[in-house]
Amino acid sequence: MDMRVTLSGWTLDNPVIPASGTYGFGYEFHQFYDINMLGSIALKGTTKDPRYGNPLPRIAECREGLINAIGLQNPGVEKVISEELPRLKTVFHKKAIANISGFSIEDYVYTASRFDQEEQIGILEINISCPNVHGGGMAFGQKAEAAAEVCRAVKAACKKPVYMKLSPNVTSVAEIAKACEEAGADGIVLINTMLGMRIEPRTGKPIVSTKAAGFSGPAVKPVAVRMVYEVYEAVKCPIIGVGGIETADDVIEMMSAGAAAVEVGAANLVDPYACKKIIEELPEKMAAYGIERLSDITGRAHH
Amino acid sequence: MYKQGIYTVMSNRRIAADVYRMVLSGDTQYLDRPGQFINIKLSGLYLRRPISVCDWDKETITIIYKVVGEGTARMAAMTGGEELDVLTGLGNGFETDFTKLLPEAGIRKSPEGNFVFPDGRQVTAAVVGGGVGVPPLYALSRKLLSEGVRVIAVLGFNQEDQIFGYRDFAELGVPVCLTTVDGSVGVKGFVTDALKNFEYDFYFTCGPEPMLRAVWNLGKERGVEGLLSFEARMGCGFGACMGCSCETIAGPKRICVEGPVMKSGEVLL
Repeated sequence: MDMRVTLSGWTLDNPVIPASGTYGFGYEFHQFYDINMLGSIALKGTTKDPRYGNPLPRIAECREGLINAIGLQNPGVEKVISEELPRLKTVFHKKAIANISGFSIEDYVYTASRFDQEEQIGILEINISCPNVHGGGMAFGQKAEAAAEVCRAVKAACKKPVYMKLSPNVTSVAEIAKACEEAGADGIVLINTMLGMRIEPRTGKPIVSTKAAGFSGPAVKPVAVRMVYEVYEAVKCPIIGVGGIETADDVIEMMSAGAAAVEVGAANLVDPYACKKIIEELPEKMAAYGIERLSDITGRAHH
Repeated sequence: MYKQGIYTVMSNRRIAADVYRMVLSGDTQYLDRPGQFINIKLSGLYLRRPISVCDWDKETITIIYKVVGEGTARMAAMTGGEELDVLTGLGNGFETDFTKLLPEAGIRKSPEGNFVFPDGRQVTAAVVGGGVGVPPLYALSRKLLSEGVRVIAVLGFNQEDQIFGYRDFAELGVPVCLTTVDGSVGVKGFVTDALKNFEYDFYFTCGPEPMLRAVWNLGKERGVEGLLSFEARMGCGFGACMGCSCETIAGPKRICVEGPVMKSGEVLL
């Protein structure tokens, strides 16, 4: 049985990648298990300058998920490269995926170019879909033209594969994906969190400080599967499917919709062993469904 | 070091209004300091519930929690025998080595095993708790006593029916001063209304943030340092999501990993 998948010429042992923002810079999780079993790791979203993020509370529970308003807290790209990557290297011997955010095209290009120099980084994942910051993030991901402009600028400055991480909070995700591919994107990652809100019944006030915040968890999976399916019909480049994945069956479903690999997000926060369990469960499910080579099932829902 | 494991509810009983004491049995080797917390998965609820550890031994963990929502209400309904998925060993806990807590003070261990100042005077620590901030101070007090520190406890509650746990401190030999907001028992007012009458060299405090701020301010007035234990809504409890980060003088810190215990000199309140 073969679980390997290939993303822009880079072969991963399996398609399971912890999603950005749910796995820190990877190091914390090595206390739970040997993280070298992962396909790769999408690192915490990184910006040019350090960011504290939004005021607390940043988290509210929902049925089958949570909303979060972290607001891209990170120590800034220089510290990520000088401190987090070397620390990760001591416990993880594969390439990681850098997740890059910004507030201007120049920001994106700057941060992406810094990661582009790092041997430890396999893919530049450009986050134009963070719902929790103003004047950046999702603003670039809501219009096809703006998304394409970020993509084009980063592509022109970087050698590594550029994957655009898209927002589900749009009218047509396929249109934006297509615009990114035309602008040179090597791949598409979707979905980022959906915009949601929770209100405390006793006080009648929103629970998280930003009021609206990003909703993720198993509840969003059908939306993610549908969007991956739509984008698969619109683009030729590989898709990384994200949204509510918790089990090997979820991985198979997402790949059938069109994903070449998957990212596991919220599940990591509840069960630190989520990715490990999925990777261990995949061969059983492949055997049960008669899947010899996992990469063969990408997009099979379309045929 | 963190560890996930399955723990069995041994007992669970109400000890004050909306407050319960639960004893869990299972692997406790990853708890190494008072002030750490555990994170409990409850079926049907998405996120875990972080609860501070009151006490532990080789086989059991004792937690004291207040019913504040759906999760803790479900816990309160447990009768024993239930199995829970729990992460243990979370959080930094309280440092109790006074040569590290007050490195400039010249504190040393006396031949009797007490922490003493250069003039031979024994170190006195105030443990100051409010409501469900009291439980982690119990194991802390025992640890401090074993390290040769004099301990006094000031424990604050809203009213009489919410009081719990003070006898446990008294049994350790710790003098306890109770305060209640309505004056029904002990000193009327907040913990600081009592604390200001005591002499202490250092404080350890856990409770609601306004109380932490008051204890911190009193310490600043007196030039006394301390450790403060914070609580926050958490996503994961082990440093992955940044859901509980707070700003400190030393930059952002995650309450779940770099905390919940912070030094008085680094917090911004």
